[in-house]
Amino acid sequence: MTAALETNGLGKRYGRRWALHDCTLSIPTGKVVGLVGPNGAGKTTLLHLAVGLMAPTSGTILVLGAGPGEGPAQLARVGFVAQDTPTYAGLSIAKHLRMGAWLNPSWDGDLAKRRIEQLGLDPRQKTGSLSGGQRAQVALTLAIAKRPELLLLDEPVAALDPLARREFLQSLMEVVAEHGVTIVLSSHLVADLERVSDFLVVLVTSHVQLAGDVGALLASHYRLSGLRRDPSGLPANQQVIEESHTDKQSTLLVRSDGPILDPAWTVKPVTLDDLVLAYMGQARDTEHDPQQGLNVIR
Amino acid sequence: MIRFAALQFRTQSAVALGALAVTAVVLGLTGPHIVHLYDTTVATCGADGDCSSATATFLSSYRLLQDLGNVVIVLRAIIGIFWGAPLVAHELETGTHRLVWTQSVTRTRWIAVKLGLVGLASMAVAGLFSLMMTWWSSPFDRVSMNQFPVFSERGIVPIGYAAFAFALGVAVGVIIRRTLPAMATALVGFVVARVAVTIWVRPNLEAPVHLTSALHMTSGMGFNQTNNGPISVVGGHAGDWVFSDRIVDGAGHAVGGNFLDQGACLQSRGSAACTGRLREVLVYQPASRYWAFQSYEMAIFLGLAVICGAFCVWWMRRRIS
Repeated sequence: MTAALETNGLGKRYGRRWALHDCTLSIPTGKVVGLVGPNGAGKTTLLHLAVGLMAPTSGTILVLGAGPGEGPAQLARVGFVAQDTPTYAGLSIAKHLRMGAWLNPSWDGDLAKRRIEQLGLDPRQKTGSLSGGQRAQVALTLAIAKRPELLLLDEPVAALDPLARREFLQSLMEVVAEHGVTIVLSSHLVADLERVSDFLVVLVTSHVQLAGDVGALLASHYRLSGLRRDPSGLPANQQVIEESHTDKQSTLLVRSDGPILDPAWTVKPVTLDDLVLAYMGQARDTEHDPQQGLNVIR
Repeated sequence: MIRFAALQFRTQSAVALGALAVTAVVLGLTGPHIVHLYDTTVATCGADGDCSSATATFLSSYRLLQDLGNVVIVLRAIIGIFWGAPLVAHELETGTHRLVWTQSVTRTRWIAVKLGLVGLASMAVAGLFSLMMTWWSSPFDRVSMNQFPVFSERGIVPIGYAAFAFALGVAVGVIIRRTLPAMATALVGFVVARVAVTIWVRPNLEAPVHLTSALHMTSGMGFNQTNNGPISVVGGHAGDWVFSDRIVDGAGHAVGGNFLDQGACLQSRGSAACTGRLREVLVYQPASRYWAFQSYEMAIFLGLAVICGAFCVWWMRRRIS
């Protein structure tokens, strides 16, 4: 099956600074993919490369098996909601919908109209006078009514208050349920993605630190706590992602293929938040100290 | 895409249409009166024998509107910058390029349609302004008998200026990515180009005619001399663009010094003794070249506009993100 997004050694440089460097990843279709990473990890750059807003400096990127932004047909297959959900402040919602109809051959006018109605928005209102949440909903409507196969959203909820955030993600879930479109949404907050995504990609300094099905990830990671010991004695199928030690106690986050059988450990499941933070921390430690080991005792 | 470009352009086009309408009304109301003035004063002055005061009176009528009209024509070209500079720069500033460039229309098509539509509108508006002004001013221009001093405000060259101003504005906006600095930069660029063409290119669009003939003074001609330098002839070449008009003697030397005081024959204005001895060396562009010059200069600016437009398309395809 063609991947929704497939990159190989992808890089983008501004002057001397690499916004994205040597990024290799594969995102499957049919999922709601959360793209998590700290600010500056290259999420926006990656998404802009995927919609063809910019061209890569190095490496390759394929979106639904084709070059990004290659001609009108490819543009029509990919919907995009940019960061801060830009719209034309001087144009009304109705005019934005008209724009969508004029510029997209696959435009679903009924869907767009229905959504605006459901949101309780007045089509005559200019988008410049909308709240952030409403504007995000209009931007989402434009992207959905285009009927794309793949919908990319760049930090769609970052600027929204908690209520608007929930409503927006709710809408997104309805879209998935109705149209079965593949969605990639980025955020620097795991909490935003936890409820909606079933596939997770953790991007740290443009490297894919973790990628996988959310259910499988949660099922294969454990938090272990017990008397202080050296984690190098763990079975081979258990990989330490994060460890912290006090004088008496050790706490580990491990990835394991099988169940944890050692009775010396107290085993707890992990949350997605723990998982992502652990992998981000791992990336940071690797960066600062290539010799990973017990010297991270705190 | 054309419909969306037109939708985005609706405010500017409404303003332009309004300005055109106001101009049409003002010029339409005053124009016939000017023709009437011309018919009753200048056209009949030959019978009264006092044409100089009649033409002076006529030329001073509607002075404010005449000046205003010429200013408007110049401004109209500059307004191209006001349409051009924000065309892409404002989208980049507000981030809406990320919305519109991810619709199912390629960026190349987007910029091509916008350049074409708004560019043609700029040219049309400038052309209509110029047409109205040329018509309205025609009695004045006929009396002053020379179209070259108002070359930039009449005929078809304003169309070229408007196209260039617009395309330059877009191109600068694409590079600078901010509306106001782009406007300022484009304005400077436009003025430099206009001045350069006016000073260095326009006089040489065709090689000037060098004409040496026996001096024959007619009414309306006079002499000019500064600081006892060479004497030149003024007036007498209706409609021509005169670069220099010197008087030389039979040996081809410039006549100067205190000749005017001594040369009784000169003061007698063309006595046979004078014309036999002195010659007039005229360097000029004949009036008949006026429309050719208009076409050349318009072509130059249209060419510059096309270069700017092509640059925009090229830059958008590879450099912008």
